[in-house]
Amino acid sequence: MALLQISEPGKSAVPHQHRLAVGIDLGTTNSLVATVRSGMSVVLHDEEGHALLPSVVHYLASGVDVGHAAQAQQSRDPQNTIVSVKRFMGRGVHDIADIGHYPYRFVDAPGMLQLSTVAGIKNPVEISAEILKTLKARAEKSLGGELTGAVITVPAYFDDAQRQATKDAAQLAGLNVLRLLNEPTAAAVAYGLDNASEGVFVIYDLGGGTFDVSILRLSKGVFEVLATNGDSALGGDDFDRRIFCWMLEKAQVPPVGPEDTRLLLTKAREAKEQLTDHAETRITCVLSTGEVIDQTLDSATFNELTQHLVNKTLTPTRKALRDAGISIEDVQGVVMVGGSTRMPQIQHAVAEFFKREPLTNLDPDKVVALGAAIQANVLAGNKNENELLLLDVIPLSLGLETMGGLTEKVIPRNSTIPVARAQDFTTFKDGQTAMSIHVVQGERELVSDCRSLARFELRGIPPMAAGAARIRVAFQVDADGLLSVSAREQTCGVEAHVVVKPSYGLSDDAIANMLQSSFSHAEEDKLARALREAQVEAERLLEAIRAALEQDGDALLEATERAELESHMQALHNAISGTDPQAITASMEALNHASETFAGRRMDASIKQALTGHKLDEIKV
Amino acid sequence: MAITLTESAADRVQKFLANRGKGVGLRLGVRTSGCSGMAYTLEFSDEILPEDVTFESHGVKVLIDPKSLTYLDGTELDYTKEGLNEGFKFNNPNVKDSCGCGESFTV
Repeated sequence: MALLQISEPGKSAVPHQHRLAVGIDLGTTNSLVATVRSGMSVVLHDEEGHALLPSVVHYLASGVDVGHAAQAQQSRDPQNTIVSVKRFMGRGVHDIADIGHYPYRFVDAPGMLQLSTVAGIKNPVEISAEILKTLKARAEKSLGGELTGAVITVPAYFDDAQRQATKDAAQLAGLNVLRLLNEPTAAAVAYGLDNASEGVFVIYDLGGGTFDVSILRLSKGVFEVLATNGDSALGGDDFDRRIFCWMLEKAQVPPVGPEDTRLLLTKAREAKEQLTDHAETRITCVLSTGEVIDQTLDSATFNELTQHLVNKTLTPTRKALRDAGISIEDVQGVVMVGGSTRMPQIQHAVAEFFKREPLTNLDPDKVVALGAAIQANVLAGNKNENELLLLDVIPLSLGLETMGGLTEKVIPRNSTIPVARAQDFTTFKDGQTAMSIHVVQGERELVSDCRSLARFELRGIPPMAAGAARIRVAFQVDADGLLSVSAREQTCGVEAHVVVKPSYGLSDDAIANMLQSSFSHAEEDKLARALREAQVEAERLLEAIRAALEQDGDALLEATERAELESHMQALHNAISGTDPQAITASMEALNHASETFAGRRMDASIKQALTGHKLDEIKV
Repeated sequence: MAITLTESAADRVQKFLANRGKGVGLRLGVRTSGCSGMAYTLEFSDEILPEDVTFESHGVKVLIDPKSLTYLDGTELDYTKEGLNEGFKFNNPNVKDSCGCGESFTV
């Protein structure tokens, strides 16, 4: 006997046509699947009652393990146990800055890197698909039927390649992707912020190994990501490591082997979790050397140990606020995401920073999956039309230019996407054989006040009297916000079309660049700054020596000495126009060294000059 | 006769209604479709219709139209878990036969 769920009024499914939809949080460390049952979003558990599926895939010569079973093999078989594959999605070998730190055998390939495992060469899409397959199987067992579709969450800063890779992985796992949803948006949806309020919200997401902060603006049911920032190498694991180091230090044991490290890190994590609602915790274990560890850690010590880690999350938070042009007073609410936000010191720090208590009543590990499930439920058609979340709408009307520089709106703003509209136009002059189509976005009547998105021409219209040709212009916006415009002359069938991305009039590259610049350009920025500083310093030095040469060069230096000094100056001059701050510093040192004699003589000369004509007792010492 | 809920079903319904934030009760019904002729419907209800027959069970208001009631009278609605799946189950004494999956039935 099938088990039924309560539907919305009038939405009972026809037997065998249930629209089973799930939300999937495909995380770096853990993944989850959730669904809406009888109107309530719930996370689905596996047979052992685990909600979290570790995002770990272990390849065997035949077969593959995913989740806890795979995690257990991590230290025994690191090369074939892939953790944090999300970091590799849509990335090439050259994109991974710390590639040397991974135990994997990377294979560079055009487009995306690959990993060589005992089961053959695998790419991140295939590895992620294994995780998704496991979640899909869990969901189908829990829901008693095949899934209609899934909403999968991705970080707000994911670029096109990373989003496409995520979609591909889902397809490979046999999932129909209803939509990719930004993780912070999913968290906001889980808290019902989409139907409650308007304003600016901050999503503070501290996971196992990554920290992300996003600033969202919600107006009329539309979430707009204003800014994102974060630290891709900061998470709960770092807090474990601090406890681990503290234990070793306190026990005064020499560096331990990999097995003991794993044991101690596990103990450290348990201690951290204990301290969430206890003032102190006892850590006991026996190392492989026979050494006994028995320590007590109190929350005050833990806070002290990890204070700098907590502070490290506030810097990106400040930056994100600044990028968004938002002050703390403008923030309507702060949503906590990620298991690490359970730590009291994090909650205190965030509350203090924003001068308001963050939202913590939903499980921070599950909140993203819960929000994705709510969105999936709507997209699968299980809710009434008028309750549709207006999550994805066209922010500004789309139209085209007509004679006289006027705007003709084809798709009005706030239309939910995907959407397609067509309108017929005609020629303006007798015998007109071409038509220029100018696609614009905006609410104003004059084209000059709207944003221009694209221009293209329809040629080959048969000569006719003005107004006789019938040209159908069709606008189509797909679920991912991609606009394509086509124009077709109805009588002879000539056609032309163009594809534009209407969201902000920016290419994906530009958007991704903006969102990600603070992440990926951090190193470049640092280098650029160092270079600029060295250049300024070097200019100053050159200027000083030039002035000195002008004054005393002829009097104090032999021609050969002067020539040598000048050659060093030239070398530094050349280094300044280069891009290597270290080369500049080296040239500066060489020049400083070469000018020592000159500087010494100048010193002597000026002392001599100062002393000449004075009696010894006139000089104050 | 009447329509009743088990205690666990009533608990669930109340929880789901509270989560939904609105609704006057639970609407049960049958409609003609499915592989075996009739199918159950189970929905939240935002209004009581003039023709509705209402029952109260463990604090939950159950609404049903008189036509459906003839097929459902005496039904007990239960909430159960089967493996990883969980949901509502109709224990309907009027059922003579149901399809393999139990989503539709004949009387």
